[in-house]
Amino acid sequence: MVVGVDLGSRTIKVAAVEDSRLVDFRIAESGYDPHRQSLEMIKGYHPARIIATGYGRHLAKRHFADDVITEIKAHALGARHFFPECRTIVDVGGQDTKVIALDESGKVLNFQMNDKCAAGTGRFLEIMASSLGYGLSEFGAEALKGKGDVRISNMCTVFAESEVISLKNHGTLPADIAKAVHISVIERLVAMLARVGYEDTVVFTGGVAKNPAAVNLLKERLDIRILLPEPPDIVGALGAALYGT
Amino acid sequence: MSSTQFEIKSYPDMWESLGMDVARFEKMRCVLGDVFQTTFLSQENRPQRMDYFNWIVSEIHGGRIREILDAKKEGRPVVGTFCVYVPEELVIAAGGICIGLCGGSQGPIPDAEKTLPRNICPMVKSAYGFKVAKVCPYFQSVDFVYGETTCDAKKKTWELLNREVPTYVMEIPQMKRERDRTLWFEEVKDFKAQIEKVTGKTITAEAVTEAVKIMNNKRKALQRLNRLQHHNPSPISGKDVLLIEQIAFYDDPVRFAEKVNLLCDELDERVKKGIAVAPASAPRVLVSGTPMAMPNWKAHNLVEKAGGIVVNDESCIGTRYFKDLMDENMTDLDSQLKALTDRYMKIDCSCFTPNDDRVDQVLKEYRDSGAQGILHYCLQFCHTYNIEAIKIKEACEKAGIPFLAIESDYSPEDIGQMQTRIEAFLEQIKG
Repeated sequence: MVVGVDLGSRTIKVAAVEDSRLVDFRIAESGYDPHRQSLEMIKGYHPARIIATGYGRHLAKRHFADDVITEIKAHALGARHFFPECRTIVDVGGQDTKVIALDESGKVLNFQMNDKCAAGTGRFLEIMASSLGYGLSEFGAEALKGKGDVRISNMCTVFAESEVISLKNHGTLPADIAKAVHISVIERLVAMLARVGYEDTVVFTGGVAKNPAAVNLLKERLDIRILLPEPPDIVGALGAALYGT
Repeated sequence: MSSTQFEIKSYPDMWESLGMDVARFEKMRCVLGDVFQTTFLSQENRPQRMDYFNWIVSEIHGGRIREILDAKKEGRPVVGTFCVYVPEELVIAAGGICIGLCGGSQGPIPDAEKTLPRNICPMVKSAYGFKVAKVCPYFQSVDFVYGETTCDAKKKTWELLNREVPTYVMEIPQMKRERDRTLWFEEVKDFKAQIEKVTGKTITAEAVTEAVKIMNNKRKALQRLNRLQHHNPSPISGKDVLLIEQIAFYDDPVRFAEKVNLLCDELDERVKKGIAVAPASAPRVLVSGTPMAMPNWKAHNLVEKAGGIVVNDESCIGTRYFKDLMDENMTDLDSQLKALTDRYMKIDCSCFTPNDDRVDQVLKEYRDSGAQGILHYCLQFCHTYNIEAIKIKEACEKAGIPFLAIESDYSPEDIGQMQTRIEAFLEQIKG
């Protein structure tokens, strides 16, 4: 057995692989001590190797992991496991948004990441949800009911939050604001996809892929097929584990 | 030099006499010493003759400043610069010194932002901050600052800087037609007159001949170092070469060329014996883009910390500074100034349009250096390099060269993301 650990900014994901098959996975919040949390999460496994990825990968390497790979490579390997033909991956995680282009054989050709900024990330959605008083899962469901004629124009998360509050105080319906927030995230994602280039199917990974409004909007904007791994947030951990086999 | 006690030497009395904020500078000196220790002295298997360059760094704010002040007492001109588009030969012909000014750290940026807009290039803000906060002994020692018109942020900041220190501005043309060459030739003549005004002496053809030799020798030494850096496995880290290239803007050119050549002798030996700083399998990266003023070691440091090696640097700190020599066979001033004009017009700064020569040059250096990928490093708000990166990216795509563009500044806040991107880039190279 090989275990992959993805130490993300918001959650830690663990995937266990045997003979290139996913046999188990676990997801938990990162908490204040990601090292200890990771150790808790791999309890009970007896892996031959542990491969770490994500923000905390070097921390893991210092304490328990045998090797590390970046999130880019991990997502490439993980996405190809679910969809062996895939050439384009978008990953919207807690703090990062990534677009990855692969060649036919699955090698990374090109990638883009957001820089220095939370715009377009899962954290952006979280902050906006809480300023509207929604939990994360109802936020996506609510956005599906929105009309889509309201826009959030600020990229800056703090200013965007002010915009949400001001819309709220103008009496705009919460569902419409929720939709506007999702549109803002997806438009950034579409711009990144355009820069990297994409094929007619895109694999959507990361926690935000569990959000139906985000998936629908991406499908609408690009007019392409979106493939969703199940569950979408363990793709990085799975890729790390596969790297170790 | 013991690897546990590195410090930038302290000269409080001299700094006081230069009108510096000594208490504040003292803190910066200690921080720089610590960073130098962890970034450079901790490297394994470093060439022994890096000792000279370590020493120069330890004296960067002391011994070297003393030399400069002594030269000034003899009536020799001292010119502070920010650009490779300075006719250095004319300064040297007048017995003078060119000094690359401070502008590579985050520290004084808040001082600059009291006046300057936030959203301009970090180098311009940092440099201006160093002057207004009085924490750069070079700024405090120069006769005048040489400014140029390579970008909007610079050319407008010179107007403000001129209130703090005399700032002489040369117009760099932005195209390379005959009339632009004529303009630059006139500017070179004016610059000569400016140096003569500062010194009260006339620059002779003999003096220019000597100066051309000095500068050519310095450039040849750097070219030799660059060729050795290309060897696989590399006998020297890209970080160390960057440091030497940065020191090239501070040190005495004759002594510097001699020391670089001595280091190159050692590197020749290392190549023969197969002594290297990284295995031959380490991903080889060419860095291209905006120059890295000392102590900006961010990109090189991240590449080499992640197991890659920088084998070439196509920036003004790197090859753009030394790739072109000057014709040494001119004996009269007029032809010398024309040759000088020709030499400087070959510089492929991104301020020029069109500037396809640079794209060709980057690809040529990619092949010559045996690199496996190109990392385009661009300072934030450096629009010309940032936009030109698109053409380099297209050329790389066409040639199948792995390419990564990074836009950054001097702050540490993006180090995590830069590290991820650089590591992913190295993974991409390894395949």
